[in-house]
Amino acid sequence: MIRIENISKKFRRLQVLDTISAQLIPGQVVSLIGPNGSGKTTLIKIILGMVRPGSGEIFVDGHLISTDPAYREKIGYMPQIGRYPDNMKVGQLFGMLQHIRNASDEKTDKELIGLFELEKIFEKPMRNLSGGTRQKVSAAVAFLFDPPILILDEPTAGLDPLASEILKEKILQGKRKDKLILVTSHILSDLDELTSHIMYLQEGKLQFFKDIDTLKEETGELKLGKAIARIMKGEQFSNNWIDKIMTLRKDEKIY
Amino acid sequence: MIKLSRYVLYDIVRSKIILGYTLFLLIISFSLFQMEENNSRAMLSLLNIVLIVLPLVSLVFSTIHYYNSYEFIELMASQPMSRTKILLSEYAGVSISLLSAFLVGAGVPVILFAADATGFALLFTGCCLTLVFSSIAFWASVMARDKARGIGLVLLLWFYFTLIYDGLVLMILFNFSDYPLEKITLLLSALNPVDLGRIFIMLQMDISALMGYTGALYKDFFGSGTGILFTASIMLLWMVLPLWLAVRKFKKKDL
Repeated sequence: MIRIENISKKFRRLQVLDTISAQLIPGQVVSLIGPNGSGKTTLIKIILGMVRPGSGEIFVDGHLISTDPAYREKIGYMPQIGRYPDNMKVGQLFGMLQHIRNASDEKTDKELIGLFELEKIFEKPMRNLSGGTRQKVSAAVAFLFDPPILILDEPTAGLDPLASEILKEKILQGKRKDKLILVTSHILSDLDELTSHIMYLQEGKLQFFKDIDTLKEETGELKLGKAIARIMKGEQFSNNWIDKIMTLRKDEKIY
Repeated sequence: MIKLSRYVLYDIVRSKIILGYTLFLLIISFSLFQMEENNSRAMLSLLNIVLIVLPLVSLVFSTIHYYNSYEFIELMASQPMSRTKILLSEYAGVSISLLSAFLVGAGVPVILFAADATGFALLFTGCCLTLVFSSIAFWASVMARDKARGIGLVLLLWFYFTLIYDGLVLMILFNFSDYPLEKITLLLSALNPVDLGRIFIMLQMDISALMGYTGALYKDFFGSGTGILFTASIMLLWMVLPLWLAVRKFKKKDL
């Protein structure tokens, strides 16, 4: 479970995130969407502790994240652009992560390595991999330790349709296992099949956080893409439910 | 932490730069001892190498290594690993490899040709300077935003410690020669690890005529054992302080 409390972040004078609060619980597949530069990746990096927030706090399973890095054991992270040590071979990367975490083979989930046929390139150094293959490696790393929380930043960007389907199936499998999954994507049709909740960021502000059925009902659109497009255009954008979310008390569950 | 350092070391060893550095030191030291019939003259030449080349290599190598392993640092930051641990493992890996290069490259010839107090003083100073300047390089790399600035900053620092600083001290001494400056001069020398190292070895060599004005004062003050202890503790401070500042900054940094 992730609780985000009044997170703000400035990069110099630019306000990237403006008092974001939300509560994410297991079993949800939350889609974090918004235009480019709306602060999605920054929010994700703050949850991971890679970017320090200007103010506000984040709790993962009730623990304040700034005090102990151990909480990251529970999170599998797939970055937007996977950057890995150039000289390291693909096989070594997985070996190293497993070694550093002290994880035995039974505790790891190597299904994606098999499905993406990564064993074939275990001897290739990371610098020789194409963008798509890197994405496959990133995805396999995120799922490697079977974590209860998954944070996937643009997971299907750059993947071929087959790999994309495999990954989506894996995400659905995670959803069935009651994991908490946070996804960002611009390909709304991808999210349509997965998502249970939508979190919409614009100019650093959380515009709304709703479950998908309510959203479709309110906009009168069945396709997620059209519903979002409607909101982006400002049609049928009733403010009362935004106000409701913004004024929620700290510990109150949003759903 | 030891596990992480092992991966850092493994990466450094494979890049072969350290091997080149070891060979360079070996060739220089052997040829110095072969060319000069008097071992103490060879030691003096070697001393200059240690005081000028060693800081430069330690600074530049540590800085380049830090920026090259940025991907590794990023990857580790998404794992359950504290920032302090990550940076200290990097430092341990870099300093262990630089130290072993020095001990093989300069240590073996010194022990073969001049295994006396002066020889060991030279090795001790070399080890200290290696640790001090890699620690300074880590501080500079964490402070600077990109590789070019980082390397620029460490080159400036190298000029400052090996050339500019002595000039400044001389300028102060000349301009204020009417005042009693003994104590201030002692303090000024402690502010530069290269000067400290030079004085430490010179005292062992007992050739104070070569020491110049700054060093001559040390002859009186540091002839005793307490003086040497003082030098050693100042060196330790020069190792710990920049590293501590680097860790403090690194913990707050956005990766």
